Amino acid sequence: MIALLTRDMRLAVRAGGGFGLGLAFFLIVVVLVPFGVGPQSALLSKIAPGILWLGALLACLLSLDRIFALDHEDGSLDLLATAPLPMEGIVSVKALAHWLTTGLPLVLAAPVLGVLLNLPGPGFGWLLLSLALGTPALSVIGTFGAALTVGLKRGGLLLSLLVLPLYVPTLIFGAEVARRGAEGLDVTTPLALLAGITCGTIALLPFASAAVLRVNLR
Amino acid sequence: MSLNALWEYANPKKFIETTDRVLPFVAWAAALLLAAGLVWGFFFTPDDYQQGSTVKIIYLHVPAALMAINAWLMMLVTSLVWIVRRHHVSALAARAAAPVGMVMTLIALATGALWGQPMWGTWWAWDPRLTSFLILFLFYLGYIALWEAIENDDTAADLTSILCLVGSVFALLSRYAVNFWNQGLHQGASLSLDKEENVADVFWYPLLVVMAGFVLLFVALVLVRTRTEIRARRMRALLARERMQA
Repeated sequence: MIALLTRDMRLAVRAGGGFGLGLAFFLIVVVLVPFGVGPQSALLSKIAPGILWLGALLACLLSLDRIFALDHEDGSLDLLATAPLPMEGIVSVKALAHWLTTGLPLVLAAPVLGVLLNLPGPGFGWLLLSLALGTPALSVIGTFGAALTVGLKRGGLLLSLLVLPLYVPTLIFGAEVARRGAEGLDVTTPLALLAGITCGTIALLPFASAAVLRVNLR
Repeated sequence: MSLNALWEYANPKKFIETTDRVLPFVAWAAALLLAAGLVWGFFFTPDDYQQGSTVKIIYLHVPAALMAINAWLMMLVTSLVWIVRRHHVSALAARAAAPVGMVMTLIALATGALWGQPMWGTWWAWDPRLTSFLILFLFYLGYIALWEAIENDDTAADLTSILCLVGSVFALLSRYAVNFWNQGLHQGASLSLDKEENVADVFWYPLLVVMAGFVLLFVALVLVRTRTEIRARRMRALLARERMQA
């Protein structure tokens, strides 16, 4: 498992692995938003939590089709399937690798970009926490979507369409935590629900992803 | 009829034979109920004292919304049957129901918008019910797209079944998440069986007739589409066999 994880991480970080792609996209979104909505700092600080969450989600979406596609093309996915590791384990490791290479950098970059959007002071901690809690769910759900579309030639559009509605609850609660945190309100309820979604998806979705991947490799 | 007898209809031949006999009745009953209910609702009920004649859109809006959700439920059941017992008719029925359900969702959204414009002063509001229907629409869209995208029939059936199961959980989750996210503009349930205050009987009886008509319409459409799918698949198999022999 650890070998697979380090392999995936190394592949992602090296050139052509698309490691910086999500991060760059996140940066572009956040930098471009003020040009679109105007530079009023009051407005920016009001929409900052939502923009940051949305940017992180879209950046995550961008790199999903890489989770299985390259391994499927060169056949290493078939090898992995015959390995002693159960499919559920492979899927979980893939999701973890995706989170470490895409989700985690986004989480770390978000506060820096928050400064650009004039995020209110108390919001930084909650933004960081909500993204740290929510992005694993995005990776796990995305892995399910990637597993569904792995055999398809041009699955990118379909993948986005499939994953889009699945992302809604996570986005709602995550952005709500960040927004309430920024406005200094109580965040307990959305925070608990966000944590619940993340735990639930991590616990259950790998089984669905593994079942789907088995079908696709049949 | 015991439960075992039910599984006999999973045999495509038996299914076609039975539906041959049942389908005309279902279709005619649906047509009669819809015609009767809609004429009754549109021409023989009074206008609402606040909403005027716009209230009559309820006769399309409510049944369509009802079937939009029930179609997904039916797909969930047939997907489970496919996963557990691998009856092809079941998978094909789920496939056949999806576009019907999507159109029902679209009707509910469109009639709601038409009613909302004069009543709420807006075509669309990010209200929990409206939003969850939009999400349901996206689920239908993704489900259908996945069926279309995959060439191998069995693979497609497996993948869409699992998508349907996972999607059901997330659709339910979204339904309550949007409640949390925004307060509603849409009125609450006005047709519950357990509440004191319901819609007035004058509107309620024709609505019941139309709802029954929509249910039968849905059944008829799904039966027709399932039969088409079965025959199309059989035809493809025959053609493939001929090509093998030639």
